Amino acid sequence: MKGIGAGRTDLPLKGDATSRFLPWLVAPMVFLSAVALAAAFLLYALIGRWDRDVSGTLTVEIAAAPGDAAAAADKTHAEVETAIRLLKDTPGVIDARALPQAELAQLLAPWLGDRDLLKQLPLPALIDVSLRADDRPDLAALAKRLAAQVPDATLDDHRVWLLRLIDLSRTVAVLAIVIVALIGAVTSATVVYATRTGMAVHREVIEVLHLIGATDDYIARQFAGRAFVLGLEGGIVGLVMTAPVQLGLGLVARHIEGGFLSDLAMPPLGWAACAVLPVAAAILAMVTARLTVHGTLARML
Amino acid sequence: MRAKPVETGNVVQLEKIGLRYGRGPEILQDISLALPAGSFHFLTGPSGAGKSSLLGLMYLALRPSRGRITIFDRDIARARRFQLPALRRRIGVVFQDFRLLDHLSTLDNVALPLRVSGVPERDVQKFVPDLLDWVGLADQLAAKPPTLSGGQKQRVAIARAVIGRPDLLLADEPTGNVDDSIAMRLMYLFEELNRLGTTVLVATHNEALVQRLNRPALRIEDGQVVRA
Ligand SMILES: Nc1ncnc2c1ncn2[C@@H]1O[C@H](COP(=O)(O)OP(=O)(O)OP(=O)(O)O)[C@@H](O)[C@H]1O
Ligand SMILES: [Mg+2]
Repeated sequence: MKGIGAGRTDLPLKGDATSRFLPWLVAPMVFLSAVALAAAFLLYALIGRWDRDVSGTLTVEIAAAPGDAAAAADKTHAEVETAIRLLKDTPGVIDARALPQAELAQLLAPWLGDRDLLKQLPLPALIDVSLRADDRPDLAALAKRLAAQVPDATLDDHRVWLLRLIDLSRTVAVLAIVIVALIGAVTSATVVYATRTGMAVHREVIEVLHLIGATDDYIARQFAGRAFVLGLEGGIVGLVMTAPVQLGLGLVARHIEGGFLSDLAMPPLGWAACAVLPVAAAILAMVTARLTVHGTLARML
Repeated sequence: MRAKPVETGNVVQLEKIGLRYGRGPEILQDISLALPAGSFHFLTGPSGAGKSSLLGLMYLALRPSRGRITIFDRDIARARRFQLPALRRRIGVVFQDFRLLDHLSTLDNVALPLRVSGVPERDVQKFVPDLLDWVGLADQLAAKPPTLSGGQKQRVAIARAVIGRPDLLLADEPTGNVDDSIAMRLMYLFEELNRLGTTVLVATHNEALVQRLNRPALRIEDGQVVRA
């Protein structure tokens, strides 16, 4: 590509007041795009991980039977046995294991505090079921059979809320794309304006070039080359501006309680997308300027 | 340099041309004339007669209000926009007001037609200083037009018009700002080009010059062209 960057140009575009603001516009645009993209990619990564964690498991809860604590415990115990047998006979289930009451108590301790109190409470029993990821059983049918044999059992498929999250993440991704597209449109419009103004300022020079036999594209390339440089400058500044935000997000994630965000990192594709943004902005500016010059020249001369 | 196609017939042909600016009166009326390939003409006439306007029609800056212009055997009215640059590259123009680019050095101004035509930079750096030397501007290669005298600017403008060895040279008052000896030197440059095949049309007030070169003159009077 001829005429890009530091190359010699016949038009005095370097000193143009109208285009000097362009990097300062592109910078925040690239910044916003990078943040939107990063958010979308992070959310995507997060959900991907939850999906991996969750899709192999299932929890069956058996409500505590009412009445006398000891009798209830016996009844619950029997129900647990039945449920486990049923689960283990289901194709696609790798293992089903009752969560020991001690473990359950431990889980609840932070909320209920006193262990002695816990002993007197009718606790539900929980069965951890691990599933084969490649051959998940038909959960609806399983739930029906379970309900028939163990009326107190409820099947908690983690995927239900996960699916909602995945829906949400899709929405966010679409939103991010829309945001980036809008930002691109705004940037383009600004480049159109700056290019038109530049052409008006240099009208006489353009006329002379034309009369000497310069093609529209010869002139357009000079504007396009300049727009590319300005776009790239602004893009790089914008990308650098996102560094504190990325760092900040990382810190926040690391400090979130429960540690379920701690090792969350932007996927390589996300980094690549962000790194490409300044170049994308520069190319967008270049193409826009070139098309603008072509369109304007056809009307101007 | 580019091999010159052997031009036969007329390089420029105007048929019943009329020209008006905006809604003003027709300043050129029913002009029919032809410049045969390889010819050398002067164009004279009082100030305001329309010499520059007539040249403007020929270098495709102006469109006639009526009539037909044929340049290099191409009907301009029918030419597509993208075909015009190639035609313009075959035409060298010395504008009456020079139209130099103030931000470019003398060398870069003169280099424009070559660069626009994609001549390799190595050749540009060779041809341009040579020509500027010939017109007496060897010491002004880096100077920008605003720092040049009127006569120096004129010579830069002429160098720019001839550097590409055009098939048609249109010079509008090319010696208005230089003394007689430089004027003659520039005219020899035009004659030299003409000998190599360039069709030349020089608009001028300088009757003495016209006399000395003994070339046919076209005269514009009252919007009409007459052979002087
Ligand atoms: N851009 C323009 N708009 C309107 N009228 C114009 C324009 N250019 C020239 N004219 C008019 O056209 C007429 C011819 O002008 P032109 O410049 O062609 O004359 P000329 O013969 O070149 O004069 P000179 O010898 O002074 O250079 C003049 O009356 C002038 O006022
Ligand atoms: Mg004139």
